[in-house]
Amino acid sequence: MNALPNEHRIHLAVLAFGLAAPFIFGAFTFQFTILWIMILFALTWDMMGGQMGYNSLGNIVFFGAGMYICAVVQVGLYYDVGLYTAPDSSISGASFTYQQYFTGLVLGLICAAIGCVLLAFVMSSFLFGLRGPYFAIGTLGIALSAGELMGAWEWVGAGSGIAMPVFPGGVEARSLMFYFIALGAAAATYWFVRWLYSTRYGLAINAIRDDEEKAEAMGVHTKRYKSITWSFSAFFLGISGGLFGNMTGFIEPLEVAFPTVTFGIFMVAMALLGGKGTIWGPVIGATLFHVIKEVTWTYLLGWQWVALGLLIVINVVFFQQGIMGWMQRKWPERFGIQVDASMRKGSERPSDRTSTP
Amino acid sequence: MLDNIAILTAAPVFNVQLILDGIFIGAIFALAAYGLALVWGVMNVKNLAQGEFVIMGGYFAHVMAGWGIHPIIALIPAIVVMFLFGWGIYRLIIRWIIQHDMFTSLLATFGMALVIQQSLNLAFGPEIQTVDSGFEIRFILDGLVTVAEIKLVSFLLCVLLAGIVVVFMKRSRMGQAIRATAQDPRAARVMGIDTEKVYAFTFALNAAICGAAGVLISMIWVIQPFYGITHSIRSFVIVTAAGFGNLPGVIVSAFGLGLAEQYSGFVLGAEFQQATVVGLLVVVLVWRQLLLSRHRQVVQ
Repeated sequence: MNALPNEHRIHLAVLAFGLAAPFIFGAFTFQFTILWIMILFALTWDMMGGQMGYNSLGNIVFFGAGMYICAVVQVGLYYDVGLYTAPDSSISGASFTYQQYFTGLVLGLICAAIGCVLLAFVMSSFLFGLRGPYFAIGTLGIALSAGELMGAWEWVGAGSGIAMPVFPGGVEARSLMFYFIALGAAAATYWFVRWLYSTRYGLAINAIRDDEEKAEAMGVHTKRYKSITWSFSAFFLGISGGLFGNMTGFIEPLEVAFPTVTFGIFMVAMALLGGKGTIWGPVIGATLFHVIKEVTWTYLLGWQWVALGLLIVINVVFFQQGIMGWMQRKWPERFGIQVDASMRKGSERPSDRTSTP
Repeated sequence: MLDNIAILTAAPVFNVQLILDGIFIGAIFALAAYGLALVWGVMNVKNLAQGEFVIMGGYFAHVMAGWGIHPIIALIPAIVVMFLFGWGIYRLIIRWIIQHDMFTSLLATFGMALVIQQSLNLAFGPEIQTVDSGFEIRFILDGLVTVAEIKLVSFLLCVLLAGIVVVFMKRSRMGQAIRATAQDPRAARVMGIDTEKVYAFTFALNAAICGAAGVLISMIWVIQPFYGITHSIRSFVIVTAAGFGNLPGVIVSAFGLGLAEQYSGFVLGAEFQQATVVGLLVVVLVWRQLLLSRHRQVVQ
């Protein structure tokens, strides 16, 4: 479904580009790493917002939670976390050996993923009764309060945050390692959602999006599906959070771990820009958004936020179907959509976008 | 934390202070929340830029004070300017999102909020501002409780403004048209009401109410370009708790929120004040859902 023509060639081209990029454009390795994380963001948001119709404004919670869980595991394996994060601590600059660092990183990322899945299950138990805009506002509230609460928790460093373990190798090796982990995470997310949407599971969550009451009446266990889908996106977001925390080297609750008004909104804007409810939409949207963001950051110094806000408004108000949606309307045959000949003459679009095979 | 509760029980007079402050600030919350309820109920648009309108009103008073105009006099031009601003925003943006689903309105107004707060930040800088109104501070109950006269004045102005809006909605032709449109837009159109104009007027009225609330906030509290989101969340808490179209409910829950914030600020510490607001939002939503779940059967 929603396939682009010649998909395999595109996959190979993107993969080849991803593997070669840090060696060709060495100066931009960090930017590319962020790009892969952004693609992961958009894809995980689209699982909920695009495919299941639950528009969450607070998925960033899992990003921050993963970051904190990963940090606590990495530090906690070898030191006392409370002492490590204390402002006048003697061990806050403690060094980690090769073995300690990598054991901590791998274990931390695994724990971040699992912890976020559990968190998603806990949160879904009381949040999924909310529908439509109430769900969006409720998740936004959760995300905002998570940042505030972490900022008041002394054990994890409160407002002054945690200084992450320092990578024991060189600068070059560090950026390459994080680049390839990010690439791997984004690719894994992509293949996972691709597989997921092609199964009965994908049909079930699409049914929830189209009409939850009817899906329920047809015997779809909506609540179970909703919790599981949320925990899927939490899984990948948790990994990305742990990764991002290590990459930045410093965790702070409001700006780095729970950036609700930046990353939290970007993931929605990216998925919408590319076209929600498609596989390629979030990827294209994330790429385009990231490029626009970097260009405005460089050339519109001071006005970049105004430009981004305008982009979101224009995108949401005038271009809601996104790039992929627009392309599907323009060239429906290329996406395998059957268009009735009488329809084609009279109106410009297929009657129902959700009825794509 | 327990120490602070002990202070409250040992010296009940501090409660008077907290209750008074909660009521004074809650009255202003009620004003902004009423604007949100109006827009939500009439045109089904959830305005996340509500708080930014409030902050804009505050900066308007700040600029006027710089020109030597007293902030209370600045109320009238602020209302007029914000009304026109709201009308412009409606023509530019809101008009296009009324037909869409509600998530669109949330996201579009969030983008709008981003633009407004960043523009304010560029224009005035990120410093916390307050406008000096020149009123004195009174001490009552043996000097243990302080009441700034301006808080009393702003409370009275708040009541006055709310009264004007309520009478306007009940008596004037436009107010009647707005209520008719809220009930059934199609029937209203059949009856010859220009609903497009009604929508524009409603949104502009909401912006004007928020602007007035902002002027009052700038006098009795502080304004800063990024404080808008908290004000928006406050409005959402109040309206969700009260339900729209329920004016007494809005007033009661606004006072409740004001009190809750004052108490949590005192008991838990000032850094928890914002967390209280967002925490209350989640609590209110979940509580509302529990009420609803009694009416609904779900496949478990």
